[in-house]
Amino acid sequence: MSWILVGAADALEAEDVMRFDHGGRTFAIYRSPSDAYFATDGLCTHEQVHLADGLVMDHIIECPKHNGRFDYRTGEAKGAPVCVNLKTYPVKLEAGRIMIELDD
Amino acid sequence: MAAAAPLVIVGAGQAGGRAALTLRAEGYRGAILLLGEEPDPPYERPPLSKGFLTGERSLASFTFATTEALAEAGIDFRPGCRVLAIDRPAKQLRLADGGAIAYAKLLLATGRAARPLPGAQADEPRIFCLRTRADADQLRAALRPGARLAILGGGFIGLEVAASAMALGCAVTVIELAPALLSRCVPAPLAAILAARHQAAGVRILLGTGLQAVMATEQGLSLDLGGGRRLEADALLVGIGAVPRAELAVAAGLATDQGILVDARLQTSDPDIFAAGDVCALPDPSGNGHVRLEAWQNADRQGALAARNLLGAGLSYVELPWFWSDQYELTLQIAGWPARAARTVTRAIAADACILFHLDEQGRVLGAGGVGPAGLGRDLRLAQLMIERAARPDPAAVADPTRGLKTLLR
Ligand SMILES: Cc1cc2nc3c(=O)[nH]c(=O)nc-3n(C[C@H](O)[C@H](O)[C@H](O)COP(=O)(O)OP(=O)(O)OC[C@H]3O[C@@H](n4cnc5c(N)ncnc54)[C@H](O)[C@@H]3O)c2cc1C
Ligand code: FES
Repeated sequence: MSWILVGAADALEAEDVMRFDHGGRTFAIYRSPSDAYFATDGLCTHEQVHLADGLVMDHIIECPKHNGRFDYRTGEAKGAPVCVNLKTYPVKLEAGRIMIELDD
Repeated sequence: MAAAAPLVIVGAGQAGGRAALTLRAEGYRGAILLLGEEPDPPYERPPLSKGFLTGERSLASFTFATTEALAEAGIDFRPGCRVLAIDRPAKQLRLADGGAIAYAKLLLATGRAARPLPGAQADEPRIFCLRTRADADQLRAALRPGARLAILGGGFIGLEVAASAMALGCAVTVIELAPALLSRCVPAPLAAILAARHQAAGVRILLGTGLQAVMATEQGLSLDLGGGRRLEADALLVGIGAVPRAELAVAAGLATDQGILVDARLQTSDPDIFAAGDVCALPDPSGNGHVRLEAWQNADRQGALAARNLLGAGLSYVELPWFWSDQYELTLQIAGWPARAARTVTRAIAADACILFHLDEQGRVLGAGGVGPAGLGRDLRLAQLMIERAARPDPAAVADPTRGLKTLLR
């Protein structure tokens, strides 16, 4: 496991999401309305669509394609058409920068 | 003491499958019977014309209620079981295999059937329709690279299959009687973006063209397009709409009108019988007539609501209409009630991306629709929220693609 630098914390607005690619994988990084940061796998578990194109409302990320919804804090799928949970990753802030922990 | 009669669901598609799962999720402990004519457990139909046809997705990946999950939930699922008739006085179903089943309450979720080509030879193996997994398997076998596919009907099914067949390396021609594609329920500017995308992919589109006759030859099919025009094809997909499978309801004397008439609680004219999904016609919330929706979300949500109402919840269906179509990298989504609007505001984002906002006289958003790459979905979702909240955004700001829609919602 190692901590990977994502970018500046203020590059992401509150209640928003951005894409982060690393080591051939893609992730979605979230900033909640209360300024907590989270990370999940980037692609929706329904079809392969990037969640960074989706809409963040409170603690929910809504997939842009078919409105599948996940709680991005836990990765929990919140109902049809999505039924497989998203994988989540630990996130921390260090000197104003977002770091996520990935297995090597 | 005789065991209580079960709750019975006829049709194991999106609405029926969802209803069965919901009955258990709601805590109902009694017997549930799910009767489906198809051999497969409940699956989602949208991939049939898209990823399943191209071979990218397997049936297992979009089966939302597996045989094991149904068994685990204690749902008595009977595939390959066709219901022939409803005997309402006896509260019994008659089955094609000769059996009979008693019901306490009944949900009809029989969906729709593809409208057949009038006068076509039913046994011609090169003429296809697309409604079920079995249909998709047959069509897929015909879509070999280089195969000439003719598609009758420039609607959703026809265009989705056109995109999939192009990906498989077929030569595709779409034949449409109307002067534009998708003219039945997609606004012209959005349909034009999709038409351009199909043309760029190499699909031949023949508008204002009808199919007069089909002749089977040794080489394939010879289509008579009128005015001396002919089109040779290896396969013909007929995508000219779908008709509600209301025949059980009609024969049982339930109220029907191009679909099973239900009230807002999805109850039919018999209080022990409910209907959900593509087969039913719901009172239009505006008070005029009925709406007949053919969309995944509607079937899913109505299935869930009908289950609660079978248990006596008495809830009304108030979900906003919403559907999508995926073609190439483009997504089309339409939400709300565009037809009721007084005026339309266009948010032109790019050559291949546009959203229309349909407003009433007071400027409230009643409906919205858009076409574009997947990322457009975010703005379309915000548009849906505007409809749900009866928002009255500044039309000039909505029309300006540099203004974020989220800020306009607040
Ligand atoms: C190829 C295709 C692509 C689609 N793509 C999209 C899309 O991209 N977006 C979207 O929003 N919607 C899409 N739809 C529409 C969506 O799939 C339907 O709205 C939805 O499936 C309707 O669900 P339903 O349960 O009402 O009916 P169905 O899913 O049709 O299920 C009805 C079931 O009842 C069974 N049945 C009927 N009569 C009997 C009987 N007498 N006895 C036993 N069983 C019976 C049928 O065999 C069938 O299995 C698509 C549909 C198709 C066919
Ligand atoms: S791809 Fe995300 S909900 Fe379908």
